[in-house]
Amino acid sequence: MIQLPYERPFIQKLNTGSMNKFGTKTEFAPVTHLESVAVSKIIEEYGSPCFVISERQIRKNYQNAVRAFKTRYPKIQYAWSYKTNYLSAVCNVFHQEGSWAEVVSIFEYNKAIQNGVDGSKIIFNGPDKSENDLALAVKNKSMIHIDHFDELYMLVALLEGTDQKAKVAIRVNMDTGIYPMWDRFGFNYENGQAWNAIIKILAHKELELVGLHCHIGTFMLSTSAYATAAYKLCDLAINIKSKYGLAIQYLDLGGGFASSNTLKGSYLQGADIIPSVDDYAEAITSTVLNSSFNKDELPTIILESGRVLIDDAAWLIGTVVATKRLSDGRRATIMDFGVNLLFNAFWYDYKISPAQEFTHHTEDMVIYGPLCMNIDCIRENINLPLLNKGDQVVVHKVGAYNMTQWMQFIQMRPKIVLIDMNGKTHILRENESLETMIELERMPDHLKNINSKV
Amino acid sequence: MQINKNIAISESGFIFNPSNGDSFSTNQVGLEIIRLLKDDKGKSEIVSELVNKFQTDSATLEKDLGDFFLMLRNFQLLNE
Repeated sequence: MIQLPYERPFIQKLNTGSMNKFGTKTEFAPVTHLESVAVSKIIEEYGSPCFVISERQIRKNYQNAVRAFKTRYPKIQYAWSYKTNYLSAVCNVFHQEGSWAEVVSIFEYNKAIQNGVDGSKIIFNGPDKSENDLALAVKNKSMIHIDHFDELYMLVALLEGTDQKAKVAIRVNMDTGIYPMWDRFGFNYENGQAWNAIIKILAHKELELVGLHCHIGTFMLSTSAYATAAYKLCDLAINIKSKYGLAIQYLDLGGGFASSNTLKGSYLQGADIIPSVDDYAEAITSTVLNSSFNKDELPTIILESGRVLIDDAAWLIGTVVATKRLSDGRRATIMDFGVNLLFNAFWYDYKISPAQEFTHHTEDMVIYGPLCMNIDCIRENINLPLLNKGDQVVVHKVGAYNMTQWMQFIQMRPKIVLIDMNGKTHILRENESLETMIELERMPDHLKNINSKV
Repeated sequence: MQINKNIAISESGFIFNPSNGDSFSTNQVGLEIIRLLKDDKGKSEIVSELVNKFQTDSATLEKDLGDFFLMLRNFQLLNE
């Protein structure tokens, strides 16, 4: 007798009610291949779970973002936000495309230098720069974005009596009509603090004020906030020109453009509500072009976009560890990846697809990770086919912040693999091992033997 | 353990419980289990029948049957 394919028994209560006028979006179409590479082959070769990055998608995203701005404004420069994903190979794809580096710590700064970025093409942001960090940045002619007066005075003291000059900008925080207002970074525009900082910089010949910077938030769904931010930076720049005769070389609008992920609690899918890069570009460039800059003194617009350029260029592939039934009847599926690898699962409802064919039956379930910790929940509610132990899944759009904010907690971190422009796979980062973990540990002599007591 | 004898089952896996008006959908394996329950088959008989019919093993079936019975109970389709 020919045996039939087995699918675990499933029963679902049918509920009647009003139809959803938006229709239901099916998210469970199988994704068996990432670009041209089979998910099962990647797992076989590199293990599960595994992050997979698409070089093609990174380049496409970058070129699209550059096009969106350059077709509207003549002087555009992107600086890759290292904190979003500082894998050297990822950074180098952006650098090959022409991106500068935007860093927020000396660790990231040194990584950019190690990647071959010229010091004069590094923007040094962040609230924590030591005297040594600043000295290095001055020596390399990097752009130092001053975050607070303590940093400003430290820089002045550092350069006093030397013939060195620092290229500086200030980070400006401002009310752009969005909540929360990120006023913990930089100098405030509305209360005059930013102008005060500008005057102090202009009073010191060791400091060359080259730019003005802001970064108004993250995952910004409003383009008008960028228009407001650009207007306020323009206002400062034009006042500097009219009062001190100094033409500001660049306006750095920071990052914060949304990716097409879906935020938790969002009624509509992310892809349906986020502005495009063109929308952001239109808001920013039209504001700057409508300001009263002299035609030959238009500042360069610098963008530090991270999330929008990398989120959809990476996937996390993994395997079902177990399925179980919760006390309230809900199905729970345990994966071999959790919040240890997907830090952004705390605010995103990640799209998850099965990596093999199923029947049309689906069920609502909770997706948990492998950690023995209650917080380890990837999706509180998702409709997927009848997954079984060993089935493989693909989590989409995981490129931003996960590979930098991931935690070595309970489980070790897996490999990261790149699919290059020719469909060839490369390891970008090896998986951790026990040896990796204990490499930095030190054992006092009297604790080496667990059978001896002091 | 007995399934409510008065429930109606269609070939496509649609189930109707006339005692409370609830309706359900099930898959092929679920449909098979419900039919066997209606024929008063016990758990071990169901396992051996399904092992012969489907590409699976008894350990998987034991586990999945436990879960399926739990759902039948939750949906008030079982008399015990």
